[in-house]
Amino acid sequence: MTMQDIDYKKTKTRLDGRKMNELRPLSIEVGVIPNAQGSAYLEWGQNKVYAAVYGPREALPKHTANSLKAVVKVEYRMVSFSVPDRKRPGPNRRDQEISKVLGEALDHAIFTEQFPNTEIGVYVEVIDSNAGSRVACLAAASCALADAGIPMKDLVSATGVGKAYGEIILDLNKDEEDAPDAVDIPIAIMPNSKEIVLLQMDGPLTRKEWDSVAKLGMEGCMQVYEVQKAALAKKYEIGEALVNGKKIAKAENKTESKVENKTTDKKEDKKSSAKTTKKKVKK
Amino acid sequence: MRAGILANEISKAVSLAREGKRSDGRALDEYRKITVSKDMCENAESSTMITLGKTKVLAGLKLTVGTPYPDSPAEGAISIGAEALPLAHAEYESGRPSNDEVELARVVDRGLRESKAIDFAQLCIKEGEAVWVGYLDFYAINGDGNLFDAGSISSLITFRNGKMPKLDKNNKIIYGEFDGKLKMTKMPLLTTFVKVGGKIMLDPTFVEEKAAEARYSVATTEDGNLTAMQKGVGGSFTLEEVNYMIDKAFVESEKIRKQIKNE
Repeated sequence: MTMQDIDYKKTKTRLDGRKMNELRPLSIEVGVIPNAQGSAYLEWGQNKVYAAVYGPREALPKHTANSLKAVVKVEYRMVSFSVPDRKRPGPNRRDQEISKVLGEALDHAIFTEQFPNTEIGVYVEVIDSNAGSRVACLAAASCALADAGIPMKDLVSATGVGKAYGEIILDLNKDEEDAPDAVDIPIAIMPNSKEIVLLQMDGPLTRKEWDSVAKLGMEGCMQVYEVQKAALAKKYEIGEALVNGKKIAKAENKTESKVENKTTDKKEDKKSSAKTTKKKVKK
Repeated sequence: MRAGILANEISKAVSLAREGKRSDGRALDEYRKITVSKDMCENAESSTMITLGKTKVLAGLKLTVGTPYPDSPAEGAISIGAEALPLAHAEYESGRPSNDEVELARVVDRGLRESKAIDFAQLCIKEGEAVWVGYLDFYAINGDGNLFDAGSISSLITFRNGKMPKLDKNNKIIYGEFDGKLKMTKMPLLTTFVKVGGKIMLDPTFVEEKAAEARYSVATTEDGNLTAMQKGVGGSFTLEEVNYMIDKAFVESEKIRKQIKNE
């Protein structure tokens, strides 16, 4: 069977065995880069990304500062060996565009007006990829911002959605992205208000297909949101239990040292120019 | 440039060093703990993440088909790149590779290359027409000093585990299929020292590098050869100090070879 002959309407399952509305396996861990104010490592199918947040800090170069709000600077990059054909080092046009739209999506979720004249640096690095790396980066970056204690209206949850082999499907992988009728749409929302903060599309869809795609995309984002919340809760509920002096089964040496690191990190924050902030992520 | 760390941390490192101590409690000639994990990046021909204390480095290899240099028509080539990602430290900046990053990549490259551990003839596909070019890039994910040795260890393990992609009749790579492994005959490793407060110390942290008057890296192989050396930063070393570091480099690199030989 060649790729052209595949018809999801007949097969009922996808090339990798998923249902039409099923995400690839997704896992997130926060606090993986000790030097950063906040960080996250995310695996989503074959996609693997790191996100780190530095700031709010002095905006450099100085002319980039805004006297009314913090500037959110996102850098999306891929390591040279994250794609089948080696990627040349240094940003290309694709990296620049993705950095821009990711920054604009996150900007809307952050209370930037609380930190005038500063920048919030968000660095995302793709170390392995298979379609959907930008939404993977956005999901990771939003967790890293929450981990950094940056005040936000909400997390930003994202997924890919679209069409391949005759069906509307969630979270396209590379084989599906290469389908003759493929339409891939990265979408990101703030889950509580359902506001759409990122959407890109290329390829033809009927008006009716769009309705199904939009609905499926929203549902997919909500599934990602649950994983994001769980990742953040996992780090912070253990810390809380230790502060209260309660013994919980999970609190072994490993977790303790993590919590200690966090406290020293926070002390350093206070010394530096940036004001430390409390966690404001809605449960 | 951002002031990432405070001046008092640097002066503390200097005064501790004068007493023969370090802020993390290590002896002056003590290495940090190394951990290794491999092959997390499926799109790479090989990849390695190593931690050296809090320093975390990811190295990966891509093999591509290229044309040989006219003066060596039957030999492939390797290229090593290094990036201190802005993700890894508040002081690291994006943009063109800095002088520090270029020096880092070149010193790691020389240590490997000059050991002749990789026979470039094995990278020949068809003499005068097609050869393999191995691009190894390593990235700091969390920077806490000594990217030289972290880069060297992760590069060595990555090359040793490099899988050779399969080629079709037209010398095009068939993705996901492999044809044997890259062969390395030796295990060249870099061992890096700094001089802080007049004392030589092994495996410096970020703060110790900032406090350093001078830096010295020695690349060695298990058969007793020196394959590269590099003195860096403004200060100086006496010949006695250099000899001490060379002898120490053979001892310390052998310990690391023992740890990673099955990786």
